Amino acid sequence: MYGATVDPIEDIRSDEEKLAEFEARIARGEKIEPGDWMPEEYRRQLIRMISQHAHSEVVGMLPEGAFITRAPNLRRKLILIAKVQDEGGHGQYLYHAAETLGATREEMLEALLSGKAKYSSIFNYPTLSWADMGAIGWLVDGAAILNQTMLAKCSYGPYARAMVRICAEENFHRRQGQDIVITLALGTPEQKAMMQDSINRWWWPTLMMFGPHDTDSPNSAVLIRWGIKTKTNDELRQSFVDQTAPELMALGLTIPDPNLYYDETSGHWHFGEIDWDEFWNVVKGNGPCNAERMATRRQAHEDGLWVREAMAAYAEKDQS
Amino acid sequence: MNPELKQALVDYLLAMADDELILGHRNSEWCGHAPILEEDIAFANIALDEIGHAIVWYELAADVLGEERDTYANRMVYFRDAPDYRNAQMVELPKGDWAFTMLRQYLFDQFEMVRLEKLTQSSYTPLAEAAAKICTEEIYHLRHTQAWVRRLGLGTEESNRRMQTALNELMRYYEQLFSPSLADTLLFEANIVPFQTELMVHTLELIVPFLVEANLIPPRGSNFVGPNDVIYRHEHTEHLNDLLSNLQQVARLDPMAKW
Repeated sequence: MYGATVDPIEDIRSDEEKLAEFEARIARGEKIEPGDWMPEEYRRQLIRMISQHAHSEVVGMLPEGAFITRAPNLRRKLILIAKVQDEGGHGQYLYHAAETLGATREEMLEALLSGKAKYSSIFNYPTLSWADMGAIGWLVDGAAILNQTMLAKCSYGPYARAMVRICAEENFHRRQGQDIVITLALGTPEQKAMMQDSINRWWWPTLMMFGPHDTDSPNSAVLIRWGIKTKTNDELRQSFVDQTAPELMALGLTIPDPNLYYDETSGHWHFGEIDWDEFWNVVKGNGPCNAERMATRRQAHEDGLWVREAMAAYAEKDQS
Repeated sequence: MNPELKQALVDYLLAMADDELILGHRNSEWCGHAPILEEDIAFANIALDEIGHAIVWYELAADVLGEERDTYANRMVYFRDAPDYRNAQMVELPKGDWAFTMLRQYLFDQFEMVRLEKLTQSSYTPLAEAAAKICTEEIYHLRHTQAWVRRLGLGTEESNRRMQTALNELMRYYEQLFSPSLADTLLFEANIVPFQTELMVHTLELIVPFLVEANLIPPRGSNFVGPNDVIYRHEHTEHLNDLLSNLQQVARLDPMAKW
């Protein structure tokens, strides 16, 4: 919580001067650190983004966690446990990064459990087959990596450093997903059909992960101005399609978008329009698994209450 | 090694492997559901270690039989039915609450530490070497679970009550870990494994005072009851079938396919 401590030497400059200096530092590519002066809006946006990101990691443990016990061989099982464990670890770093801005873990958890804070909508879709472990690893983690690689260069030091570490691990996650997709796509006809069904279900929700069009993204402008984001939602989405579409097609898989084609003049893959009604519907809490994911998190929190009370009571006795 | 002794060794290794696999499976069910995020991480790690140790024992059994390690391990895990599993009933019971889970893990870890230390003296060198390696990881499990037993035993009235309930339930099953089979006698005579009764005595010497210090009362004092209670390793509760139908679900969709 050192983000909330006050510099002992009083800074007598006006807020305008401080803001000008702050923006100049960002323009020079310097990192903003926890004790530094920052506009309240910068702090607020970062807490919102980082805690949302932490919640996504924690809720994101559930859809894949559901397949740990069912992994089809021992090697896949060990890898999947390690992967889901990594996600918990990422949640932990990110909560710590948000704490440097003055937010507490309790407040953030409370915001998640009360439904006030958001998490990535992708985790409100169900995992229905083993092939989904491949699709999540390759598509969902692949999309997350593009976003996180950008955030690793963001202006807030603790967030940027957490991202560098997380990206390194996410690259392994993506590779294990890719390995599952390749194995199934080149496997028996039933395995290939299972993989295709999974791609059909995960493709569009993955494109939605990048968020609304830049024109409809209320936070984008300020985030870019302060170096929190350095690329727009649409730019990142385009990079994802350019990278992933040809790789999936090379495996004989199809992409559920009749308007997808390679545009020679632009050098990019053109893709169809996202179903924004579905997007907003899931964001607003009406996706296939929103209620279930939140109920699961709340249940774990409630079931753990007596444990946390015992921890606190024991710690107190231990000190006295 | 004569065929009878070889078979006895394979059975012993499979029982150890199955215990670790099934316990690891139950532990892995907590991933994403633990009382604090730090435990989602730590306990997943313990699950990962237990399953990793199971693989070590399956592979050692494969070596004894001259089978291919990876194929054998996966066949044992995914293509045996419940009556062929050799795990103790204690590890197949549902995960229960955090008290039950932690206490089961502690009781198992302490038993395992005692056994592993003895196994490092085994006349069968591959077994002695594997035991020595696994010991180094188990020390951390034991520290972790001991800390939890203390915390929950001495924490609040509720946590103590939950721990005592779990202990009463678990002690009924604990004894099975120490019940000897005929094959064990052969292995003991060949100095390959320790004597089961010796393991029981040592384990109880460690757990009873520890539990008492954590304000928990071991049922029936420090003794298990007589031989009427013996449960054999092929006998299972109804829970193992459910567990295996989940564990083997995807692999059995197409046993010939590569996943």
